[in-house]
Amino acid sequence: MFRAINKVAKNSKALKNQTEVIRCLSAQPQTKSKQTPRAEKAAKPNLSFVHNLFRGQVESSQVFPYPIALNQEQIEYVGAFVDPVSKFFSEVNNADRNDMNAQVDEETLKHLWELGAFGLQVPQELGGLELNNTQYGRLAEIIGMNDLGLGIVIGAHQSIGFKGILLYGTKEQKEKYLPKVSSGGVYAAFALTEPSSGSDAASIKCRAVKSADGKHYILNGSKIWISNGGIADIMTVFAQTEVLDEATGQKKDKVTAFIVERGFGGVSNGPPEKKMGIKCSNTAEVYFEDVKIPVENVLGKEGEGFKVAMNILNNGRFGMGMTLGGTMRYCIQKATDHATQRTQFGKKLESYGGIQEKLARMSVLQYVNQSIAYMISGNMDLGSNDYHLEAAISKVFASEAAWYVCDEAIQILGGMGFMRDTQLERFMRDLRIFRIFEGTNDILRLFVALTGIQYAGSHLKEVQKAFQNPAANLGLIFKEASKRASSYIGLGGVDMTGLVEPSLKNSAKLCGESIDMFARTVESLLIKYGKKIVDEQFLLNRLADSAIDIYAMASSLSRASSALKSNSPTADFEKLMVETWCVEASDRVRINLRKIHSAEFNENYKRMSVISKKLCEAHDIVHNNPIGV
Amino acid sequence: MSRVLVGVKRVIDYAVKIRVKPDKSGVVTEGVKHSMNPFDEIAVEEAVKMKEKKLASEVIALSVGPPQSQETLRTALAMGVDRGIHIEISGKDYEMLQPIHISKMFAKIAQDEKCDLIVLGKQAIDDDSNQTAQMTAAVLDWPQAVFASAVEKTDGGLKVVREIDGGLETITTKLPAVVSADLRLNIPRYATLPNIMKAKKKPIKKLSAADVGVDIKPRIEVISVEDPPIRQAGSIVPDIDTLVSKLKEAGHVK
Ligand SMILES: Cc1cc2nc3c(=O)[nH]c(=O)nc-3n(C[C@H](O)[C@H](O)[C@H](O)COP(=O)(O)OP(=O)(O)OC[C@H]3O[C@@H](n4cnc5c(N)ncnc54)[C@H](O)[C@@H]3O)c2cc1C
Repeated sequence: MFRAINKVAKNSKALKNQTEVIRCLSAQPQTKSKQTPRAEKAAKPNLSFVHNLFRGQVESSQVFPYPIALNQEQIEYVGAFVDPVSKFFSEVNNADRNDMNAQVDEETLKHLWELGAFGLQVPQELGGLELNNTQYGRLAEIIGMNDLGLGIVIGAHQSIGFKGILLYGTKEQKEKYLPKVSSGGVYAAFALTEPSSGSDAASIKCRAVKSADGKHYILNGSKIWISNGGIADIMTVFAQTEVLDEATGQKKDKVTAFIVERGFGGVSNGPPEKKMGIKCSNTAEVYFEDVKIPVENVLGKEGEGFKVAMNILNNGRFGMGMTLGGTMRYCIQKATDHATQRTQFGKKLESYGGIQEKLARMSVLQYVNQSIAYMISGNMDLGSNDYHLEAAISKVFASEAAWYVCDEAIQILGGMGFMRDTQLERFMRDLRIFRIFEGTNDILRLFVALTGIQYAGSHLKEVQKAFQNPAANLGLIFKEASKRASSYIGLGGVDMTGLVEPSLKNSAKLCGESIDMFARTVESLLIKYGKKIVDEQFLLNRLADSAIDIYAMASSLSRASSALKSNSPTADFEKLMVETWCVEASDRVRINLRKIHSAEFNENYKRMSVISKKLCEAHDIVHNNPIGV
Repeated sequence: MSRVLVGVKRVIDYAVKIRVKPDKSGVVTEGVKHSMNPFDEIAVEEAVKMKEKKLASEVIALSVGPPQSQETLRTALAMGVDRGIHIEISGKDYEMLQPIHISKMFAKIAQDEKCDLIVLGKQAIDDDSNQTAQMTAAVLDWPQAVFASAVEKTDGGLKVVREIDGGLETITTKLPAVVSADLRLNIPRYATLPNIMKAKKKPIKKLSAADVGVDIKPRIEVISVEDPPIRQAGSIVPDIDTLVSKLKEAGHVK
């Protein structure tokens, strides 16, 4: 065992450059500042469940009990909004027409402004409704039930478009811009992506040069696929700027965030892109030609734009979970309507096991997704900063669960599901983009796996240090030793049964076992690959999938426990779903982790690499058809 | 015209499927979505419009019911009503409350608040009594214009178009008066979120039945509440002759 730790320690030296590695996945949030690895040590402990999962520790403070940040008054406040927002969708908005026309008509937009939908989280004195994240999420659910395209018009505006001003704006910036964008009819956009820089957002080429008198920046460059890009008058724009490194005295290019008004001059945009879905949301290229930006319009600090961008995205990700929870609910309504009405072979569809399995899975996914999304918003509202991996998981989970649920709803409806009138085909088209934008799911998986591994690695480094001076660190060494001993001989170091209601003990046990297996896998990967783990995407993806399944188990276990404890009328039903979920998710974790260790599967990854290489050489399939003509 | 009093009742939402309690003492209300009685929404809209047209100086909403009635009042305030009055009555007392009690309360508040017009919904969609407006007019000895589908201010009072069997009737009335709103009077606005937010700051006065001096001792007793009979499945008959003989069999035609 001690040998094992030493081995880890040796390899973990190589992990020093891990932050660099993460930077390569730059569409991703950075949770810690790069320059201060030393200061991190003294910083507060990381309370993220997912981070600590990689160390095999159950950090339960943000998961148990289920975090609800609203008091009764706040619940009533948002409760009063539910009806008017729903009515807007049933009486004013026409999602099918928006889709057909590829735009939202003026009358509907006017209603939306009057409704207050564009400034949900802005402070009241600046023209908004001052909703916290959970309240915002509740309304996003309604939007997701009705019109995802419109959801992006609203979301690109406030979830990313001007979110930077809310998070990083100075008092003057807030007072100047927030009233306009919350109640003044002015649209906002978030402009990060460029033709040569998508996932690798740190590689942007837009450049802002400070004028000689130091009062302005001159911005040049172009952005692509900017939501609201054709209608926004205020944009959060990211560009390279030359920044002096105080420590080395050298000049270096670093990203800075700016608030750019169309009115500054030199801002123009391309025509609306023609798209597969979310058609009514305007997507356009935006061009900047010698745009003169006053220095007061730097958002956050000069040179810290990348962090600003990542935190804006991080901060909004839970919203996707909320929105798509609404979409899944719509799909389930449609599917159950049909299953209870349609008779084939003399029986209603609902009586067939094949249909029952589909419906049950749909409901379980909706529940688990909702549990994750509300857990994150709850933690954010309670002041947590350690939610970035969780938010990434929420985004991946929501977009994939909603795709699955919508697809199965269409299947249950059969031919009817394929018809425009049923609206499911529109939801399906609209849903596709959610796996791509705001960080692709692939990149977010790598982000979760690598950030977690880095966190685990840094811990192992501490253990290594302890061994250099064992006398002074006996406590830590013994703690580690006993933890490892128990898990290696298969006792299972993790016991979550005390965290849940007694009737969910068995499910909690499955979750605990998954965590044990997971942590051992992380450790063995560190030992085997060290820094080189970065290149092992076949393995990282399976690790990420396991982390997602485990976090999903923990959040839904917590929610159902709370429901049971408070005797909620649906508690028994929730228990049923969580039990179902934990059996399936823990099984998947076992399979995924085995596929990391298995020699047979590792052989297969090599095969797949070869297959892919050949294809890319050929730019085509490589094989002939069986008849050879 | 100076002051309008409107009634807003908290009822089970029109879209909810009503369930009878197993002991047949009433319907299930717990955990069930409630909202403002739709006819009261129309009454509120009418009063708020009068205020917007400067025909009314103030609009007061009154709700009688359990603590949650405050939410209904908030909705009215968000729609443009100036202030609310809540007469809190809950539990068994509220279950047994009848239009006779409510109308006395409206009459008392109208007098205390010096209102000269009361606009109520023609009926509440839960008990469908259709009595409160008429009784309130009687208690106050004011003229009544019920089932209004149009209300217009004239010099001396109101011109009201009423929905009656087979058509419309136009009447004029002096003020003070009681009007009850029918379905076609207007299309009520929905509260915008900023107005809901602002409504949080508008005042709601809380009173008890004793404060307004109304004896709420029940005069009636509920013996049993039951579901309507379940509709029997229909069947398709091959031709007219079979249809006629089947109808005869069932005693529907002779
Ligand atoms: C409708 C729409 C609206 C949008 N709105 C906005 C907006 O408002 N503001 C804005 O700034 N941007 C916006 N975008 C851009 C969006 O965020 C990007 O499309 C997204 O970040 C992905 O970048 P990319 O398209 O360049 O793909 P790429 O980064 O080129 O990726 C292509 C594929 O390769 C994968 N990949 C990339 N790198 C790696 C790696 N290292 N390892 C393994 N796989 C990898 C990706 O996961 C993806 O599957 C929008 C895009 C669309 C389509």
